[in-house]
This record gives sequence, C-alpha cells and structure tokens, in this order.
Amino acid sequence: MIGIMRKYSKGYNVYAILTPILVVFEVLLEVLIPTLMAYIVDVAGKVATGRYVIGAEGNNEWWDTFLTNNPQFAEGTTLLWTLSGICLVMAVLALVFGGLAGHTVARAGAGFASNLRQGLFRSIQDYSFANIDKFSTAGLVTRCTTDVNNAQMSYMQLLRIVVRAPLMLIMATFFAFRLNADIAWVLLIVIPVLGGFMAFISFKTYPKFRKMLHLYDHMNSTIQENLVGIRVVKAFVREDYEQQKYDKSAQDVRFAYLAAEKIMVWVNPVAMLVMFATTTAIVYIGGGQIIAGKMDSGELTSLISYSAQILMSVLMVCFIIIQLVLSKASIQRIKEALDEKSTITDGDNDKQVGSGEIVFDHVNFSYSNNGDNLTLTDINLTIKSGETVGIIGGTGDGKSSLVQLIPRFYDVYSGDVYVDGTNVKDYKLKNLRDGVSMVLQKNVLFSGTIEENLRWGNEDASMDEIIEAAKIAQAHDFVSSFPNGYNTDLGQGGVNVSGGQKQRLCIARALLKKPKIMILDDSTSAVDTATDAKIREGLKKLNREMTVIVIAQRISSIENCDKIIVLDEGKIDAVGTHEQLLKNNKIYQEVYNSQQKGVADNA
Amino acid sequence: MPKQLYTAHQSEKGASRPQISKNTFARALGYLKPYRKILVLVTFCIILQVLGNVGGTYLLQPIIAGIYNEGNPTFLGIEFTDKSVFLLYMIYILIGVYAVGVIGNFVSNRILITISTGTQYRIRSSLFNHMQRLPIRFFDTHTHGELMSRYSNDVDSVNDFVARSIPQIVSSSLQVITVFVLMWFSSWQLTLCVCVMLVIMVLLVRFFGNKARKNFQAQQLAVGKVNGYVEEMVEGQRVVKVFNHEKKVVEGFKDINNKWRLASERANGYANMMMPIMSNLTNVFYIIIATVGVLVCIQLPKNEIGSFLGVLASFLILLRQFANPINQIAQQVNVIFQALAGAERIFEVMDTEPETDDGYVTLVNAKIDKQGNISETTERTGVWAWKHPHGDGTLTYTQLRGDVRFEDVTFGYEPDKVVLRDVSLFAKPGQKIAFVGSTGAGKTTITNLINRFYDVPDGKIRYDGININKIKKDDLRRSLGMVLQDTHLFTGTVMDNIRYGRLDATDEQCIEAAKRANAHFFISHLPDGYNTMLSGDGGNLSQGQRQLIAIARAAVADPPVMILDEATSSIDTRTEWLIEKGMDALMEGRTTFVIAHRLSTVRNSNAIMVLEHGQIIERGSHEELIALKGKYYQLYTGAFELS
Repeated sequence: MIGIMRKYSKGYNVYAILTPILVVFEVLLEVLIPTLMAYIVDVAGKVATGRYVIGAEGNNEWWDTFLTNNPQFAEGTTLLWTLSGICLVMAVLALVFGGLAGHTVARAGAGFASNLRQGLFRSIQDYSFANIDKFSTAGLVTRCTTDVNNAQMSYMQLLRIVVRAPLMLIMATFFAFRLNADIAWVLLIVIPVLGGFMAFISFKTYPKFRKMLHLYDHMNSTIQENLVGIRVVKAFVREDYEQQKYDKSAQDVRFAYLAAEKIMVWVNPVAMLVMFATTTAIVYIGGGQIIAGKMDSGELTSLISYSAQILMSVLMVCFIIIQLVLSKASIQRIKEALDEKSTITDGDNDKQVGSGEIVFDHVNFSYSNNGDNLTLTDINLTIKSGETVGIIGGTGDGKSSLVQLIPRFYDVYSGDVYVDGTNVKDYKLKNLRDGVSMVLQKNVLFSGTIEENLRWGNEDASMDEIIEAAKIAQAHDFVSSFPNGYNTDLGQGGVNVSGGQKQRLCIARALLKKPKIMILDDSTSAVDTATDAKIREGLKKLNREMTVIVIAQRISSIENCDKIIVLDEGKIDAVGTHEQLLKNNKIYQEVYNSQQKGVADNA
Repeated sequence: MPKQLYTAHQSEKGASRPQISKNTFARALGYLKPYRKILVLVTFCIILQVLGNVGGTYLLQPIIAGIYNEGNPTFLGIEFTDKSVFLLYMIYILIGVYAVGVIGNFVSNRILITISTGTQYRIRSSLFNHMQRLPIRFFDTHTHGELMSRYSNDVDSVNDFVARSIPQIVSSSLQVITVFVLMWFSSWQLTLCVCVMLVIMVLLVRFFGNKARKNFQAQQLAVGKVNGYVEEMVEGQRVVKVFNHEKKVVEGFKDINNKWRLASERANGYANMMMPIMSNLTNVFYIIIATVGVLVCIQLPKNEIGSFLGVLASFLILLRQFANPINQIAQQVNVIFQALAGAERIFEVMDTEPETDDGYVTLVNAKIDKQGNISETTERTGVWAWKHPHGDGTLTYTQLRGDVRFEDVTFGYEPDKVVLRDVSLFAKPGQKIAFVGSTGAGKTTITNLINRFYDVPDGKIRYDGININKIKKDDLRRSLGMVLQDTHLFTGTVMDNIRYGRLDATDEQCIEAAKRANAHFFISHLPDGYNTMLSGDGGNLSQGQRQLIAIARAAVADPPVMILDEATSSIDTRTEWLIEKGMDALMEGRTTFVIAHRLSTVRNSNAIMVLEHGQIIERGSHEELIALKGKYYQLYTGAFELS
C-alpha cells in the first residue's frame, strides 16, 4: 500500500512532505496555545485581584528570572498585554499553518489520485479482451472512480495524521509520566488493548468490504447493461423487470454494506468505553492518592486531560488504521488492475509491416483456450500481398474469429499466423496494428464530431485526405448534408447517425490509416447494395498495394475477389474464385442460389 | 414536435452551470421521512450520548473538589463522613453516567447504519425507477458512464452525509445549544460578545463554504465525465486497438483527469480551511475575552471583583467547551457539500420530464362470443382488445387487429432537420409491409414513431383506428414485437434472454421459439446449451447468432404486430433462407413491418414502400413495383443503384 502511495505521489511530493511539516507547527502551537492561555488567565486573575508580583508567577525558574530581569513587566497589565499579543500572533500563525496544511494536503491528495487514475487507465489500455472480461467494464470504471477516491481519502488522512498523532501521543505521555508515574501506567495497559481491538475489527471487516465492492461492481454492470440496451427494455416493456433486477443488485450491496458496518459500528462505543474506563480508573486511583495526601487536585485534573489527549491520539491512529484497512480493499482492487499482465504482449521484433502477405499455418483457435472447444480448426491459408480475398460462411462459422487473429486481438491456441513473413507474436503490437486496419462488425464511434472520429485513422490527415476517404466510403454526401458537416457531433456510440451511415464512417476512418492490410468484417451489412458496390469500386480504384479481406453475406460483395474462402463450422471448406466455387463447392452454390432465387424467378 | 422532448437537452446544459438549489438539502432529508419515528429514538440516544459525555466531564469537578477540600464532601444533599466511601460512591455514579453515554452511542450508530444503507438503497431504486421512464432521447444525449456515476459516486456521497454527518451534527448541535444556554445564564453580556464571534464564523464559513461547494459541484461533474470516458473507451477497446490509439486515449484521459484533480484540490483545500479557522477563532476570542475581562475587572470596586472573576472563569471554561462541538461541525463541512453536489446531480435526473404518456386506452385479453361481442378476460386467449374508456364514462372494446395508418406524418429529431416528410401509409391487419431505401432515408425513424420512442403530434398515427397518443405506451409496446437493428442481449443464460420476450414462457415455449428462429442448432452446440451464460452483451457469440437469439426473443413474445428492423442483416443468406419458413410462420396473421436492404427478404411483402429522403416515392407489391419499372425495378434488376 505504501509502495503505491510512494509511486503515485510523483510530482506532488513537495506537498506530501510539506504537509507533515506544517502539521508539526500546527500541533506545537495547538499544545502551546492552551498552556499559554491558562497562564494568561492565571496572570489575569492575579492582576485583577492585585496579587501580581513580578518574578513570582511561573513554576519555572527560568521564566521567573527572565521576568525579574525585565523590569518593564513590573506592571501586571503590561505582561498581560504582551502575553495576549503573543498568544494572538500564535493563534494567527496556527490558523495560517492549519490553512496551509489543509491546502497542501488537498493538493497532494488530488495529485496522488490523479496520478493513480492515470496509471490505472494506462494499464487498462494495455489490456487484452480477456483481461477486460475478467474485470468487466463497470468493474474498471469503479476502480477508476470510487476505489481511487477511497485511496485518496486515506492518503490525505495519512499525511495529516502521520506526525500529528505520534507527536501528540509522545508529548502527552511525557507530561503524564512526569506528573505522576504511579498512575500513568494505566495508559500503558489501555493503549495495547485498544490497538488490539482495532486490529481485530479491521481483520473482521476487510473481507466484508471486499465482498461489498464486488457486489457494487455487479450493480454497476446492471445499470450499464440497462443503459446500453434501453431500446430493447422499452420495446419489450420490461421496465418493471429491469427494476426488479436492479433492485436486487442494489439490495445485495445494501446488505453487504450493512454487514460490514455492523462490525464497524462497535468501534465508536468501544473507543468511548475504553476512554471512560481510563478516566474512571485514574479518578479512582488518583482520588485515593489525594485522600492519602500524596497528590493535589490540579495534578489529577491535568492527568485526566493528558490521558484524554493520549487516548484521542491513539484513537486517531486507530481510525486511520481502520480507514487504511477499508481502503486497502479498494487499493487491493486498484493493484490487481495495475498489476494485471496483459495476456497479449509485445514481441521483440522492431519490424514494420512492409507487405500485406498473410499466412495461416495449422491454426487452431479457441476463445476459452480449450482444445476441446475449438472455434477454428486447422486453418491453412496463404494470402498474397495486394490480393482481395472474400470470406463467406454461415452464422457462427468463425469468420470474424479468423480475421481477428491477424491484428492479434487474440492469440491462437496452436499453430502460427504470419504477416509479411513474420509471426504476429514477434511484432510489437503497435507496428503490427499500424499495418492492419479493420472495420468491425460492431461499429463503434466515439463522442465527438465526425471529423474527430475520422481522425482516429490518422490524426495528421489533411482535410482533403479526410474528404477523399469519406468519398470512397460513400460518406461524404450525407456528411455534407448535415448542417454542421464534418463538425457534426455524434453523441456516444454515434447515436445521431443511422446504422448504415455509421458503417460508412467507420470504413472512412479505417481507410485514413493507409494500412497494408484492410479487413472489412461484414462492415456493409446495413448499407444498401448499391452503396456497397460503390464502396468496393472506390477501394479497387485506390492506387495502393493493399491486401483487402472482405467478410460478407452477399455473394455480390465478394464475387469479384481474387480468392474466396468458404468457411464451414470453423474449417476451411474450399478456396477458389467465384467461378471455381460455383462449379465445385456445394455450400457456395447453396448460398448463391439463396440469393439469386428472387432474380431467377423474375427473369 | 412537442416541447417536452427537449428537456433532456436543456437539463444537460443546466448541468454545466452550477446552480444553487436551497431545496436540495430539504429534498435530500426527505429520504429520511419513512424513518421519522425511529429517528426520534436515534435523537434520544444521541441525547443520552451527549449527556454521558458532558455529564461525565461535569461530575469530575465535584469529585475532585469533594475529596480535596477540607470537610466532609456532600453530593446531592448526602453528606459523606468517609472520603473513600464518597470516592467509591461517586465512581459508581460516574460509571453509570458513562455507561448511558456508551449505550446511547452504540444504539444510535447501530440504528443509523440500517437507516443509511436503507436510504442509499431507496435513492438508488427510485433513481432507477425514474430513469426507466425517461424518453429515449435522454439516453441518446447522456453517456452511459456519466449516468452510472450518479448511482455510485453521487449516491455514496449522500450516504456519507446521512450515516456520518447527521449524527455528528445532531450531537454537536445539542452540545452547542446546551453550552450556549449555560453561557447565557453565566453572563449574557459576554454571551453577546460570543454572538459577534459566531457571526464572524458564519460569514467565514459561508465565504469558504461557497467556494468549496462550487468546487465540489465541479468535482462531481468531473467524476461523471471520467466515468463516461472510461466506460466509453473500455467498451470501444477493439477500435482503440485497431487504430493503435491507446496513447491518444490516455492523453485524452489526462485532460478530464486533470479537471477532476483541480476541482478536488480546490474543494478539499477550502473545506480544510474550516477547521483551523474555527478552532483558532475561538482561541482568539478566548484571549480577547480574558484580557478584556481583566481590564474591566481593574476598573471595578474591590467588593465586586471576586464575583466578577468567578463569572469570568466559569465563562471561559464554557467557551472552551463551546469550541469543541463547533470544530466537529466544521469537520463535516466537506462531507455536507460533497453530498449536496451529489444530491443535485441525482435530482437533476429525477427532475427530467419522463416520457409523456397521456394514454388511457389499454390492451386486454379478450373473448369474443358468437354475437361478436368482445368481453375482457384475465386468461391468455390469444385474442386481444383495446379497452377504450370514453369521456362519458362508457367503455368500448375494439379488437386488436393490427391496422396501422400514418396520415401525413412529418417528423424531425431536431426541429430544423426534417427526417420524414408527409408520410402516409396503411397496413391492413395481417399484411407484411416492407420499407426499402438507402441508408438514412428514414426507415428506422418510422418504426421509432410506431412504438413511440419519439412522439408525433396528435392524430397522425392510428392503430386500429385509435390515435396512438391515446394508447398507454406500455400497452402499445406490448402489442408490438421488435427486433432492432442493434442487437442487445443481457447477462444471463441463453434461456433467460429468450424468455425476456415473455417472462412467463415455459422452457419448452422458449426452445420452440428458438427452433423457429433456427437458433436451436447452434444453441445446442454451446458448452451448456440453453444454460450457457452470456455476458458483456453476448460478447461470446457472433453477431449473427445474437440476431437469431433476438428473433427468438421476439417470437416467444407472440405479439400481434412485428417490427423487424434489419433483423437478419448479419445472418448469412443460407441461414436466413433456412429460417425463412420460421419467419413466415412468425409473420403469419400478424401485421409486420420489415426493414431490409436485402431485397430477397422483402420480396413477398404485401406492400413495399420505397423511401428516399424521408418521402415515400413508390409503393406497391413486388409485382406491381416491377411492372412500374421505377426505382424499385431498377434497384432489383441492378440497372440503377440507389445512393
């Protein structure tokens, strides 16, 4: 935990160090001011009753000598004024130190939290899909917000308390023992008892808080899913059902939280009990000593107030420890996310993708990394650079899975995938993915304008290049028809454009990247046939050597490809040109016929 | 377009402007209302706790004085001859008083955690309840993560306030009041001076508090932004990776992260000022009163000095006791402001106008007797009727037949952008109506209007002759089965997801529906068959498989009217061909609206509407349109391609 705090306070260390220093001054003043004030009241009383005699005031020899040597204090009022003045200045100083400490601690805390969030977000960016599935989106969101918040709170508490409590403890214990060692030993019993109790409570609550946070993730997932699928919810009038589902997850959080709090609730009364018991014990023992004439009343009063101070600081330490334990649940979750090793890591080869040649060599693939549950079986395939390849196959036959292995979204179960003669596992991920562009089946656009979204492909692209790409993707016309053109705001997930428009923007975005390999994964499914044809034509006209892989449902989308791959239940059924397949392949014929039926009937 | 549809936009703008709402506090407290009675008990326990605390401290003085002073100590009129007995006796009393305090503390805390977790739950639940009733537009204009943060961070901050601040404030206030009364009786003149101090304190608290509050508002807003950003980027991870955008995305995060940091820094900075200000102001006042007191004292005649000094001394002790609880209140300031900022964001959603639903026509199961009279029944008869109450108190039943008409419908999502222009169409019961046209022509918009995701002005759309604005939204939607363009599945088993269409469907009915949608084959091949868990929007299935499940889901709902919006776009044509029979059976006897760009899907429709730029440019059956040799013909034969 301390390791994380050290690592992520970078840049704000000044404030982190300054805070305890300021607190030291604050504490010193805090202890001095009441002592001085008590003295002032004492002097004031004497001045008022005319019993003031210079040099016979304090219990302190040095102070008496000092007063005697400074005759200007012969007049009691002068001393009173001076002391009051000093005291006022000290109060103002205390205010300044306190205020400054408040600011520095806020700064250090906010800085620490922001570093932590940044670090967390950065490691999330390195995750593979398997990593994300492990945490769930909502789980990662909670870690970036709620959990970091908890860590920030403890961090700030820690900074303020780390010197304050021990300092108070030491000073008060010192005074207490100097005053009366016969009674002060009570404290030595009480402190470990209290500490032990707090440790016990922390030990008991920690797992409960962890469980609560886990359920909290679950609750957030329920909300997220509801938000994503709100159209389905409303279309099926399932608002009440969703409410029940959410209520259940919120109830789970409620009771898990209650279970943790039920233990925590003992802290306060037990702390009070211990404090009261100590006071009672001191009064009892001290009272006996007074009766026996071994102590005077002032001593006992001071002893009680010192013991209160000591216990307060012990309590403070305890509370902080408890808070740390609670935030430990959060920090542990943050650490898990920070330490999560991506299941897909960079290779050692610095090579850039130079050509669009792709080779699949005896590739088996399984999402669950289970040899008995293969999605792709023994795929052998060579695609030459610059070729246009079509993939066709039934629903769930592994078309998308096949192409996702090329930019290494997933690793193969066995076998190898080569791009430009190099195993994809040897590439640096950045270099590999720079060379491969992919338009996904499930298109995602981000909040922001159309132009911002297109610039994902190439942030340095000129406006001309953007328009050119949009024209090829047949997006330019409809974009221009918007009142704000390329500056039109898309809203999250591109809700402001239709499905077909979204797909065309995604194609334009992918084109801007100028990749060596372009994969279109059923990315024109919501585009009408005519537009689809135009896009294909535009791609063909592009004067680049680019390998194009097209997954499509329509024969018309792929019939002109150099090579067509027919997939069936995760295996390659046939590879060939349109004509060859039409002649020899049963599946291809069936697909062809299913699409040509209507035309044939009417021809 | 009705004005209320724009509230989502308005409230979103409102969010960026931190507004002070005095009611927020009262409203937040309103959530404690159901606990009114038990809160009385809590207050009583807190009073006990304060009594134990304060009482114990007050007892110490007489105890010490009693054993220290000469003569026999007395307590409550009882005189003790033995000081040891007195001490023991007093210790018992002390233990008793302390015990009361400890018990009060425990009981009040124990009750409060139940109340606070309960309150937390109720706020969440009612927030969710309200959100479910908001119009689609609201969801289209807010990021998911930003909305999620209202359930987590904002509710949590309100909860902190309820669970931790309220008891602290109540007990501190009690102490303040008690001490204040004691001070007043001790010396009202000096108490007036203390009032001056209080005024200064209040002013300072207001000054710093305002600054802190504004920044807490900014912070909660930033939390929402971060939430939204992380959610969006994690969901869009695939695209981020395709484009190697990890670094850029991290850069973008830096920006909003920094906003949060600055807001948090300022908010906590100002809130942290409260403590030193409060405690040192009381110190300053203490010194001033002590010094001034002495100056007054010197002027007094000798015989009055003694009593004056006594008053002054006891007043100063009270002043110190006065300061403690005020400090404790000051410590709660940041919790309070954070809670208020959170509460404002929660109420902002709660104040957003829900979907307008003035409908009063409801959908009921019906029986038709031989005379053709329709009567209502509770069992599922497969016959449905619209129950239509009239202004004169009579009820009429109209059989649901699936007759849908559009009359000159003009609509735009934004007032200046018309998406549909003068669309008129009718679908006779049992007909299959198809919409064909290029992307963005307005096909999906038409379906959005039929199920009232968006509203059009009165009388333009009629369902079985009834103005759809008069039909209760829930009932309207229940009568429509939808398979949407974007397929969304929920966490749960495959079976759960199919059953989503009709919650009381048996397993057999669900499997039957899956068979009709041709989903049975692949589902049986999943590791756990129908019990396979789907997570992350069915991420482990292919797009086409998800569409098949969505079709099965609509099939099990067995609705009188079906809307299929690109329902089969990701299903390969061979599978589509295989499920065609099932689809035909599904559409048999139902009015069906089909949107598809695959013309083979729409060929056998009763009527095909060709849409262009929001207008219907051709309509008719496949044969008629082919004979017309217009756009459809050209599209179909490939001679002309729509753009």
